[in-house]
Amino acid sequence: MWEQIRSNERRSLFVLAAMGVLLVATGAALGVTLAGDPEAMIFGAGGALALWLVLWLITVTGGDQILLGMAGAREIEKKDHPQLFNIVEEMTIAAALPKRPKVYLVDDPSPNAFAAGREPGNAAVAVTTGLLAILDRDELQGVVAHEIGHIKNRDVKRMVTAGIMVGAIAMLADMGRRALWMGGARRSRSSSKEENGAQAALMIAALVLMIVAPLLAQLVYFALSRRREYLADASGAMFTRYPAGLASALEKLSGGRAPLADTSSVTAPMYIVPPMRAHGSGAFALFSTHPPMEERVRILRKMAGASYTDYDRAYAAVKGGHIVGERSQREAGQVPRRAAVGSEGALPLAATATAAAVAAAEPELAPEARRRQANDAFLTASGYEVRSCTACGATAKIPPSLRAKVKTCPRCSEPYPT
Amino acid sequence: MTGVWIGLGVFFVLVVWFISIYNGLVRLRNEKDNGWSQIDVQLKRRHDLIPNLVETAKGYMQHERGTLEAVIKARNAAMVAQGPKQVGQAEGQLGAALQGFFGLSEAYPELKANTNFLALQEELSSTENKIGFARQAYNDAATRYNNAREVFPANMISGGFRPAELYVIEDAKERVVPKVSFGS
Repeated sequence: MWEQIRSNERRSLFVLAAMGVLLVATGAALGVTLAGDPEAMIFGAGGALALWLVLWLITVTGGDQILLGMAGAREIEKKDHPQLFNIVEEMTIAAALPKRPKVYLVDDPSPNAFAAGREPGNAAVAVTTGLLAILDRDELQGVVAHEIGHIKNRDVKRMVTAGIMVGAIAMLADMGRRALWMGGARRSRSSSKEENGAQAALMIAALVLMIVAPLLAQLVYFALSRRREYLADASGAMFTRYPAGLASALEKLSGGRAPLADTSSVTAPMYIVPPMRAHGSGAFALFSTHPPMEERVRILRKMAGASYTDYDRAYAAVKGGHIVGERSQREAGQVPRRAAVGSEGALPLAATATAAAVAAAEPELAPEARRRQANDAFLTASGYEVRSCTACGATAKIPPSLRAKVKTCPRCSEPYPT
Repeated sequence: MTGVWIGLGVFFVLVVWFISIYNGLVRLRNEKDNGWSQIDVQLKRRHDLIPNLVETAKGYMQHERGTLEAVIKARNAAMVAQGPKQVGQAEGQLGAALQGFFGLSEAYPELKANTNFLALQEELSSTENKIGFARQAYNDAATRYNNAREVFPANMISGGFRPAELYVIEDAKERVVPKVSFGS
């Protein structure tokens, strides 16, 4: 498991370095086009790095809060939604994270989940109320495990850093192209014909770079993101030892999804399913942060066990090639899959089958009750107070602003006990 | 003179070698102990939950006194067990007793509709999951530690490090091997 992280780290560091080179090159090209002087390349490159640094600092200092705030996420406590909380605790142990990630709830009917946090010891998992409403325990465990996989593999940090680079490259290239169309590039001061020729060549190279760089950066970024999704699926399957849970969750999530409100392409890789409208297949698939859902499901369903090796084999069978490094497979070793029982609910851990009995009787709520439970959890996390009337049995959820005012039951007007 | 320097050099290398192996073993032993304490926390939690569960079920399952008593007995036995081997045995029996209990509870729809019972059930099944995951982590750590203290040359100085027991579920019923299909 550790080797996987290290080899991933190396791979994505390489990708990040390549993107950095692209960023500096774009900056240099911008310098040339703006100043019309090869010497301005240095300034352009420096400017590009400075821009990236500023953007990076902004996300480092407030990134998670921005992300969570943007999504309208509320931190919940155990009493708000014990099952979700328990599942996060289970996966924290399975993934051997140093600390349980904070648990957030987003009040959105669109089922989705995402991870935030730059370090495994200081991370957060957020799910929408829509997700809680439609998934059973095993499926929810699969989704949480996928998100914990992102945290464990340190995807948040890398993808956000890469996303900022893509953004910076796009900004710089955009500026350069505008400058060129406006004819803003100053003519050269030198008069020799040879130098003019060289300069023209340089300008053309700069223009080409500014057209190609953003595209290239995006392609690399999307490819990296898709790879990370597969790896998070592999980690999720291993942590739960039950690939079918995640597979069935993904199936539920892929059917008729409304796009989630308030997301951007930088945060998209952190979600379990693309939060924005999904692209089709073909060439569009290259510009998607997530691999096609059917493929993810097919790989998970093909897994013979629950280890990285099993995932890698299933990946090879479905797509060809390899996804998990050999060393990480060896380190993680054999992970038996736990068996499902019957058609309804499955066991939490057949391999450690004490759980078998408990699981056979696992509490499964009706969908309506589940939806209500999810909404109540969000409301109590938002400071609402739940009061049950002793006279008529009605439960009222009282917003914090009205707490002092509401003294009687809204249905039967009996005063609440103080 | 040169001989003295060489002797000192060899001695120094030996000391560094000893320290690094010793510290490595200590680190692995701590990891293993930490893994065990993770299990311990969850086992305690399970023991704490069971009296509540029995108390809640009592009113509904009056004819199953024997089953309830078996659960309590197994729980009390598990609480005094010491060390991975004994604990594995005792917890295995507790698991079997719980299995019987939950099997019977299926026949009591009123009990299954009790919110308190449902909440306890969620807690217990989550605790079972955590024990399972923590056990895997512990056994991995214990195996790493055992390997490190047995290999040459560490085995020459690892006499003070006692081998770690693995946490194995002892009950036969517990050793259900999950069916793995190799079909595609």
